[in-house]
Amino acid sequence: MVLVLTSICLVCSAILGVVYSVTAEPIRQADVAKINKAISSVVPQFDNIPSQEMFKVEFDGKESEVYPAKKEGQAVGYAIKVKSSGFGGPITMMVGFTSDGTIYNTSIVYLSETPGLGAKLTDENIPTRAQLKGLNPASSNITVKKDGGDIDAITASTISSRAFLKGVDIAYQIFLKVQSQK
Amino acid sequence: MGKLKLITDGIVKNNPTFVLVLGMCPTLGTTTSAINGMGMGLATTFVLILSNIAISAVAKIIPDKVRIPSYIVIIAAFVTILQFLLQAYIPSLYETLGLFIPLIVVNCIVLGRAEAFANKNNVGDSALDGIGVGLGFTIALTVLGCIREFLGSGSFFGMKLIDSDGMLAFVLAPGAFLALGYLMVLFRKITDKKA
Repeated sequence: MVLVLTSICLVCSAILGVVYSVTAEPIRQADVAKINKAISSVVPQFDNIPSQEMFKVEFDGKESEVYPAKKEGQAVGYAIKVKSSGFGGPITMMVGFTSDGTIYNTSIVYLSETPGLGAKLTDENIPTRAQLKGLNPASSNITVKKDGGDIDAITASTISSRAFLKGVDIAYQIFLKVQSQK
Repeated sequence: MGKLKLITDGIVKNNPTFVLVLGMCPTLGTTTSAINGMGMGLATTFVLILSNIAISAVAKIIPDKVRIPSYIVIIAAFVTILQFLLQAYIPSLYETLGLFIPLIVVNCIVLGRAEAFANKNNVGDSALDGIGVGLGFTIALTVLGCIREFLGSGSFFGMKLIDSDGMLAFVLAPGAFLALGYLMVLFRKITDKKA
């Protein structure tokens, strides 16, 4: 009895080990590709490799990754990867700023919000995300209208919308920190 | 028993969703859109076929007392393999299904078929049973997903048919129960007539 169960476990874990080692590299590559795609969608055109010039900035006790986008050596923007806690778990996203602090675009890297509701955040064309483009947090209020801000929340997903905008705000604070350090 | 009947039984007579009413958690949880429902159905089918084959192959050497833990280890192994493969090669599907992939392990259908069919039948029949029940589950989830997606967001497989937001309730849990309930009634009505 013990022998059978033990050998089943052994065989299963051996198979899992093999599959893991085979898929580890593609999984890593898929992750890298995802980050790179997110970076290029949130900052203006660049000619450097932001992932190689990545540096970490600490804010509020957490470290976030900052990817500088440069064209001919000049910084044209920053893609900042931040985490915020949503309704169904952490939301990892990439927020892009041009060098004057204007939000260029946003991209969701990972979320586990309710499908059909908070998960709509992954759609770039929803008002909550479309309205952010071209806004400068210095001159506008990046919160949902319910909280007195300028942004429409997703219908029935105020918590996810708030979490998303909170992430944008954190990214902006990090951006200010990066700017002041220069 | 005819080989073809093994498959059609899984789709009609033993339909996991409408007749056996098993695996309700992923059924209600993932069918917010047709494509999610189909993805979940196919992922479960993959696990179901492989676990049915593996379990029917080793069923005779497993002592009765450690039967369930052995099955669960085998099923969990296949689910983890599936998770690695999806993550590596179809990351977009992996993201939409998210938490529901590891939950296939505790999906009653998989363990249910192992107990009710795979440990009493040979490898070939078990594989066919896996295909049949898996397809039954996939069809049920896809249909349910289509209905909820159409009523809830006015689209079909992501294509916008009606330019409006639809009835939000159908994307949420209450709509899932309603749609599933009416589908079950409809399914019973059709299959009863045949019998």
